[in-house]
Amino acid sequence: MPTSTKQLDELIGREYRHGFVTTLETDTVPRGLNEEVIRMISARKHEPEFMLDWRLKAYRYWLTKAEPEWANIHHPPIDYQNISYYSAPKSGKDGPRSLSELDPELLRTYEKLGIPLKEQEMLAGVAVDAVFDSVSVATTFKAKLAELGIIFCPFSEAVQKHPELVQQYLGSVVPYTDNFFATLNSAVFSDGSFCYIPPGVRCPMELSTYFRINEKNTGQFERTLIVADKGAYVSYLEGCTAPMRDENQLHAAVVELIALEGAQIKYATVQNWYPGDKEGRGGIYNFVTKRGECRGDNSHISWTQVETGSAITWKYPSVVLRGDNSVGEFYSVALTNHYQQADTGTKMTHIGRNTRSTVLSKGISAGRGQNTYRGLIKVLPGAEDARNYTQCDSLLLGDRCGAHTVPYIEVKNPSAKVEHEASTSRIGEDQLFYCTQRGIAPEEAVSMIVSGFCKAVFQNLPMEFAVEAQKLLGVSLEGSTG
Amino acid sequence: MLSVKNLHVAVEGKEILRGIDLDVRPGEVHAIMGPNGSGKSTLAQLLAGREGYQVTAGSVRYLDMDMLAMPPEERARAGVFLAFQYPVEIPGVSNALFLKTALNSIRKQRGLPELDAMDFLTLVRDKMKLLGMDEKLLQRAVNEGFSGGEKKRNEILQMAVLEPSLAMLDETDSGLDIDALKLVADGVNRMRNAERAIVLVTHYQRLLEFIVPDVVHVLSQGRIVKSGGAELAVELEQYGYGWLENEVQVS
Amino acid sequence: MNAQIESWEKMALERVPQYLAGHGLPWVTRARQSAFERFVAHGFPTRREEEWKYTDVAAIAKRTSLAPDNIPPDPASEAALFAWTLAQESTHLLVFVNGHLSTELSALGELPTGARLESLADLMDSNADLPQALFDQQHEHTVFAALNTALTTDGTVLRLAPGVVLEKPVYLLFVASGHGTAIYPRNIFVLGEGAHATVIEHYFGMLEAHNFTDAVTQISLAAGAGLQHCKLLQEGKDAFHVAGIHAEQAAGSRFASHSFALGGRLARNDITSRLNGAECQCSFDGLYLLDGRQHADHHTRIDHLAPSCTSREHYRGILDGESHGVFSGKVVVHPLAAKTDAHQSNRNLLLSRQAEIDTKPQLEIFADDVKCTHGATVGQLDDDSLFYLRSRGIDAESARSLLIYGFANDIIGRVEAPEMRARIEHLVLDRLPQGDQIKELL
Repeated sequence: MPTSTKQLDELIGREYRHGFVTTLETDTVPRGLNEEVIRMISARKHEPEFMLDWRLKAYRYWLTKAEPEWANIHHPPIDYQNISYYSAPKSGKDGPRSLSELDPELLRTYEKLGIPLKEQEMLAGVAVDAVFDSVSVATTFKAKLAELGIIFCPFSEAVQKHPELVQQYLGSVVPYTDNFFATLNSAVFSDGSFCYIPPGVRCPMELSTYFRINEKNTGQFERTLIVADKGAYVSYLEGCTAPMRDENQLHAAVVELIALEGAQIKYATVQNWYPGDKEGRGGIYNFVTKRGECRGDNSHISWTQVETGSAITWKYPSVVLRGDNSVGEFYSVALTNHYQQADTGTKMTHIGRNTRSTVLSKGISAGRGQNTYRGLIKVLPGAEDARNYTQCDSLLLGDRCGAHTVPYIEVKNPSAKVEHEASTSRIGEDQLFYCTQRGIAPEEAVSMIVSGFCKAVFQNLPMEFAVEAQKLLGVSLEGSTG
Repeated sequence: MLSVKNLHVAVEGKEILRGIDLDVRPGEVHAIMGPNGSGKSTLAQLLAGREGYQVTAGSVRYLDMDMLAMPPEERARAGVFLAFQYPVEIPGVSNALFLKTALNSIRKQRGLPELDAMDFLTLVRDKMKLLGMDEKLLQRAVNEGFSGGEKKRNEILQMAVLEPSLAMLDETDSGLDIDALKLVADGVNRMRNAERAIVLVTHYQRLLEFIVPDVVHVLSQGRIVKSGGAELAVELEQYGYGWLENEVQVS
Repeated sequence: MNAQIESWEKMALERVPQYLAGHGLPWVTRARQSAFERFVAHGFPTRREEEWKYTDVAAIAKRTSLAPDNIPPDPASEAALFAWTLAQESTHLLVFVNGHLSTELSALGELPTGARLESLADLMDSNADLPQALFDQQHEHTVFAALNTALTTDGTVLRLAPGVVLEKPVYLLFVASGHGTAIYPRNIFVLGEGAHATVIEHYFGMLEAHNFTDAVTQISLAAGAGLQHCKLLQEGKDAFHVAGIHAEQAAGSRFASHSFALGGRLARNDITSRLNGAECQCSFDGLYLLDGRQHADHHTRIDHLAPSCTSREHYRGILDGESHGVFSGKVVVHPLAAKTDAHQSNRNLLLSRQAEIDTKPQLEIFADDVKCTHGATVGQLDDDSLFYLRSRGIDAESARSLLIYGFANDIIGRVEAPEMRARIEHLVLDRLPQGDQIKELL
């Protein structure tokens, strides 16, 4: 085995840092899925009629659908009747009204994760909504945001306080019929974040949601809805972690973004769900539907994701470019190690005139990890002067992993310009030698090369997140060279 | 031959040329000098017929025709030639095919018989030799994989073959070493005659040591701020454009 | 559709074998029947299948007859067609009319010792030694290949002993006359160690012919062998054409495939190569030039199964009218294929509002020490280039034609056989406005 391969092997063996379990009293519904469960979830949340109807429609539709099979992922069948669809920490009656009512155990959990929920300790400039298992447990800086007319609250609260907004926008980008997992989410989703930025308002701080799966045998089905009204701006961050468990757990979230005329939404994710152990035991099955619609002219949506966790990642943050001159962006780093599988990418649908999209995907495969970029660039007949540029690069560390690129390009307008480029490479022995010859330790050299490989994506993350993402990759490749 | 009057040109709403007056008579060599961004390349490209420029005022007459109303190929057939600052690469089309197509289009316009392959080759070979060009370049795709110097010489070759009445050279000296520069200058000087006008667009005075102009214009911020004889170029070289711009502001 | 399959399943199994080649050979009959069962079990592909997502073959399934023609070729009436074929003395020419070899029109010429060039039907009928395993495949790339095995009419078997080099190209001309017939050519090329050949497969249909061609070509290259394969598709405007070209390469062999899709209403080519030995070279080049309501689909796949192989793929499309181009190219680098060097590109020019292109360039990499890149573009003629040409006195229409020709010529220029190259160049120019002028200047 060449030295570099051996070094890489050692470098990519690492431990998951967020694998602890929090002991809490919880209110968890029995496993299984039927209309009763859905009615129960809806009742616990005191939902209006329209929500229950929507959930039931979704559930009935779901019964007619089968799991999609086209992705490059393999897993034992998921027993949907062996999952509990609702779990909430038992504190207070209907959830905490302020941070002081929070179970101290919960607060400690978030502190362990490095996410302080007490406002006085918070990083200025980041408002956080924390979702624990199925429910939102804390939202910070709410009052300050409310002064500007910004609504940032748990989804369940939005259903109560702003039903007209929820009814208007829910399912308008990802309808309940969209795909198997989105349909399931529509039926059973328990909470998530809701955000509305009124016309002309520039949200003064980063909005952030941290998702945590804790309870055993639960699925997490959160739903996030962000609406940026005319000329509004918001930057949104999402982080995810879960305990180490031997069983696989299902996470099937939906995120919908709506940008009206001249609005801009930046959505960044650092996904670090438990990836399973070195033998591929356990880990989160992450089947997520994320889609934004540039509904108004001159609107702009950008997705940035750093995907290092989960046993399986199945997600395609997409943009529907409906408004003229709208812009869609997708920047992604996906790392698969050990037995992780990622099938991720984006769909850019050009409908409006003069629409632009950029796709930049960096896949890193190590161990026996399988990493697939799957993307679709679609230019419809009316999309005059559409432009897309896509670049997909794969980096292979070791000879037992896989990197796959599956781009689809469909063009029905002759004024379109679409460019796709992809490359696959490894860390060359000459690169490593060059670094070590200059006195750099091998693990540092690998980290450096991987960071360099991902740099163009990290540049699109807000500062704190970029640092975190970089650390995450660093940890992923940490180890002694012996 | 060429008469530009009060020409105003904008690109995407931004005014680049702000009232140009220029008269070029047969047999004359004019040099248009100016700092980067002064608009000199815009002027050359506009005269060759490039799209994307809005003429907001003024007129251009060439051989008593309304030049602005003519598509680029008609201008070329009427004898207008532009040596591009950045010659375009055309993959898959050989230099020979390209030049033959152009030459025969122009000859047809002039009522001359089309050249057959042999005559064409004889004509081109001679001119290539004078420019120190490798004959193999004829079979290569237009400008594809050419070095910077080869591209510039290729422009001069096309000029020599197409024999224009008004030849404009846009920054033809940039990127050339001294030997190549001399070859290019020789090529241009050989074409000087009483019927032909030549307009050199250049940033530096270097080219003008080898091709001595009759008139030198200095373009700044979209206007010709000074015109004079060949000595003006030497002064510019000595004092730089700043000197002139200051002088303009003072006056 | 199923009812129809059943109805002619009966016909095919009961009647067809009687007039197809090799019906006297039990193994051929068995092979045909089992292939037919595979076809019936699967049925015609639908757009729900990933590999047929962009190509709808319902029109083929709706044909009244898929049975091959039993009419012997009539050379007298077709002869005029071939006046323009390559000079007979410069190739080994085999002409098939409506699927059957016409000995009158063919001119085999003299073959070097160790070279065999024969009709598949003749070999079957004379019970001569056949590459049986190649004909009787249990796993086809597409269901159309199974249909081909079931109904193969005729084709060419080329076998070269080790070290044999064919100086002249083998020219296989498949002509479809206006009968609207179904044609199932099967070609098998087996090259021994170090043997070299150039093969041209030319499919030509009369303008109005509603024929359906389902062709399969199998190529086996021993160590160090080299094959240049050039396919020219020039079917009639209402013809359906489905074909597979499949190569197996041993160490150090070279395979160059060129595919030119210029004709036909619907064309689908599946072109694959498996690089089984070290240091193979494989190049796939293709051009689809479409207008009207033409549909052309190229599906290619290169499997790197051994170390240090090189593959190059260049496909280009020019789409006018209401045409629809499809490209799906897959490069798979298997775990043992270290030091793989693979490059793939697909570029498309969309010239009309109604034209459509769907392209899917794919990489599947399971080894780390590799250099793989791919790229795909969709766009229009470049404005700078157009201006450059016009500034040299060339009118706008000719300038466009010249640029389209240049775009195509990058692919045409890769064909090594000079006469073939010139022929394709002319066929492309025939389709372009002012193309005649450019032709004169060439």
